[in-house]
Amino acid sequence: MRRPAAHEEAGTDRATAEARPADPGSASPHSASQAIAGPDDAGVADARRSAWMAAAQAGDQAAYVALLRDCVGVIESVARRQRVPPDRIDDVVQDALLTVHRARQTYDAARSFTAWLRTIAERRAIDLLRKTGRHAVREVHAPLAYERRADESAANRRAAFGAEVNNRLGGAVADLPLRQREAVQLLVLQERSLAETAAETGRSKGSLKVSLHRALKSLRARLGQVG
Amino acid sequence: MFPPAVQAQSRHEAFIQSLTADLKPVRRLPPPGRRALLWLAWVAALAFTLAAVADRSAVAARLGAAPDMWLSAIGSGLTMVLAAVAAFQLSLPDRGPLWGLLPLPPALLWIGASGAGCLRTWLVPGTHPADLNDTKDCLAFILALSVPLSVLLLGMLRRGSTLRPGLTAAVAGLASAAAAATLLVFFHPYDASVTDVAVHVAAVALVIISNRALGGRMLQAVNT
Repeated sequence: MRRPAAHEEAGTDRATAEARPADPGSASPHSASQAIAGPDDAGVADARRSAWMAAAQAGDQAAYVALLRDCVGVIESVARRQRVPPDRIDDVVQDALLTVHRARQTYDAARSFTAWLRTIAERRAIDLLRKTGRHAVREVHAPLAYERRADESAANRRAAFGAEVNNRLGGAVADLPLRQREAVQLLVLQERSLAETAAETGRSKGSLKVSLHRALKSLRARLGQVG
Repeated sequence: MFPPAVQAQSRHEAFIQSLTADLKPVRRLPPPGRRALLWLAWVAALAFTLAAVADRSAVAARLGAAPDMWLSAIGSGLTMVLAAVAAFQLSLPDRGPLWGLLPLPPALLWIGASGAGCLRTWLVPGTHPADLNDTKDCLAFILALSVPLSVLLLGMLRRGSTLRPGLTAAVAGLASAAAAATLLVFFHPYDASVTDVAVHVAAVALVIISNRALGGRMLQAVNT
């Protein structure tokens, strides 16, 4: 099951060719700007990467640095093609570089290095997409639940100030306009669900949410000095 | 202003430096076929040891009398070889998951021939099918032999650096179970019966599942 070699990647590779260090020993990533042009670009790049990897397997550090720098562009192009979100591409690059590092003894110099790298990068991109997909499923967007969450420090304060705070809160709620008061009493104080409250009052869920939001805002402004 | 590719490189420069600092030379892995042969050589050594203990003339007579046992032994032997090759291929990070399909055709032959053996006990009177008590020994034999073979194979696979630990370990389990079932031929004085084949299938499945669960984690640890 030999994979087709590097010929297919010419387009993406040419974009990074300009920035590739031409000399394995070059120390700075900014130093190289020798463009490598010509129809056989991808093949040449692949042969050079293979040679770098063979040297790295033998322990040549400079060749290895040059190789990994060179890999960054290839991995990025693979990640983009797999539709990895732009802010996660750097994660794919690091995962793939780490995999290249740990798997470097498995590379066979008779095969295309670029094809080897691209397969690893693809696999790492897919792994990352799966992981973030699962993450997104677990997170819930629930602003009401967030607003309603009992704040334990507030409970302590209420115990400390006792009836005084309760009275102030009760007074503040009582002073709210009717629709806002309705929303606070049913949704927050009686812990009804949005659907129940909507059925009970004959108002739409959207309108209840707006009222609750405004009520909480004005309560916060009024009681702000306490909490 | 540097082109984007240079910016990307410099963003990863610290990471690259940390990976390449004190780089040690690595011994390049031999091709997967040759590594599979090494494991198969261990299985062959085990087979010779068992053959020395077993009643060889009885084995030969039994195999000669029942062609489906031959077929089933060939099926399990081929499954062992191809599953070992597939597992070593899958232990490389750049190989596709389709390698996992390689041992399936001989596995079908193996199951099919064993199933045909069940039919024979109905057609031919006077054969001695294994009862549940006998099959317990088969189960124990397959499981006991699979453990060291699996450990050896997974240990060898760890040197690769698979990106599909679950699949690789499952195929390795199939190779070990098939090897154990092939060696069982030396000590299997029964004709195949439905319970017997069912017990074999259950033993093989158990080996594959435990390989996948434990070996998968073992191979994963290499590469996370």
